[in-house]
Amino acid sequence: MIKKIFFQLIFFNFFFLKEVFAAENGGMPQLNPEFWISQIFWLTLTFGILYMVLSKLILPKISANLESRKFQIQDNIEAAEKQREDSESKLKEYEEIVFKSKLEAKKIFKDSREKVIKDINNKKETLEKQINEEIKKTEKEIEVVKKKAPEKINKIAIETSSELVKKIIGAEINNSSISAIVDDLSKKNRSRYYGN
Amino acid sequence: MATNPMTQFEVYRIGPEIKIGIFDISFTNASLFMVISSIAILIVFNLGAKKNLMLPNKLQLLAEISYSFVSKMISDTAGSKAKPYFAFIFSLFMFVLFCNMFGMIPYTFTVTSHIIVTFVLAAFVFIGVTIIGFIKHGFGYLKLFVPSGVPIVLLPLIVIIEIISYLSRPISLSVRLFANMMAGHTMMKVFGGFVVSLGILGGWLPLSFSVALTGLEILVAFLQAYVFAILTCIYLNDALNLHH
Repeated sequence: MIKKIFFQLIFFNFFFLKEVFAAENGGMPQLNPEFWISQIFWLTLTFGILYMVLSKLILPKISANLESRKFQIQDNIEAAEKQREDSESKLKEYEEIVFKSKLEAKKIFKDSREKVIKDINNKKETLEKQINEEIKKTEKEIEVVKKKAPEKINKIAIETSSELVKKIIGAEINNSSISAIVDDLSKKNRSRYYGN
Repeated sequence: MATNPMTQFEVYRIGPEIKIGIFDISFTNASLFMVISSIAILIVFNLGAKKNLMLPNKLQLLAEISYSFVSKMISDTAGSKAKPYFAFIFSLFMFVLFCNMFGMIPYTFTVTSHIIVTFVLAAFVFIGVTIIGFIKHGFGYLKLFVPSGVPIVLLPLIVIIEIISYLSRPISLSVRLFANMMAGHTMMKVFGGFVVSLGILGGWLPLSFSVALTGLEILVAFLQAYVFAILTCIYLNDALNLHH
């Protein structure tokens, strides 16, 4: 049933299809010269006005707009370029300053180091001199003490031996006799005690 | 429902009959669409040229892109000497383009689908180019018909061929545009008629064709305007820079 309706529909459609091609009354309207003059007239008129207005009013404006924008962009690019160059030269200057100041700092450091080293050396020398003097002084003193030492020892020996004798014997003995003995002994053993 | 696909090209009077002498210059539907196209062009480009913004708005961008497009087309094909004729070629391109595009709107009239219109446009170009050629080169412009490096025996034949090809320029230029527009619109009408006659069951196929054809026709509308303008440039190039 559905199939039948379907085929009927398609079949009837072909009846209408005939009408698509049916109307054949006069061929191409383009070749009918009835309105040719009118079309030529209106085309010339509208196109002429269009051309006049476009060429005199609108196109120069568009061209001026484009030109001015181009110039503006060019100017901006140039300004940007200039500023970039400026900043580059500034950067170079800055780098130079930094370099110079670095050199200066190095110099100052070196100078002060040399100065300090000099000072230290000077002080060292003076100190060494002082020390040497002190050493000499003390050596002299020692020498003096050394020279005086045997007499003192003799004295001490005499005193201690007189004390000892007193304690042991209980009687006092003449100092001079004791000193004579001590002197004698010390002279004998001098080389053994003092080495010269 | 289904009508003759040619009826869309019929010209009829709008308003009273105007006559100058024996000539009938009544305002017709063709005249109406010429006026509409011209006014549309003027409005679009006037608005586009009005403001000069650093960052162009859409209309300004459209106007400026069209300007540089045509300008580049002319300088590429005809060189820098063709600059004075820029306005003419620009108007020609825009007029043909807008007429073609207005024709793509359903129930409108396509001005450029009439041989007389395209022929008059081509005649403008042909006569203008010939006059420019004679002004620039004097009678030396006739050297255009005598190509260099051709054997003398063949020369008469070649000159005749060249003259015929030169004279057929306005015909080929006008017929190309007219035939393209007419064929496209006729075909769309025929497919539209198929959609109606095949009804809801069979109509989908021609409908889809019709949709595809609409896209194609919009492309053709642009392309034919471009071809018309670029051929004008090439003819102008022949007149300005005599190569032969």
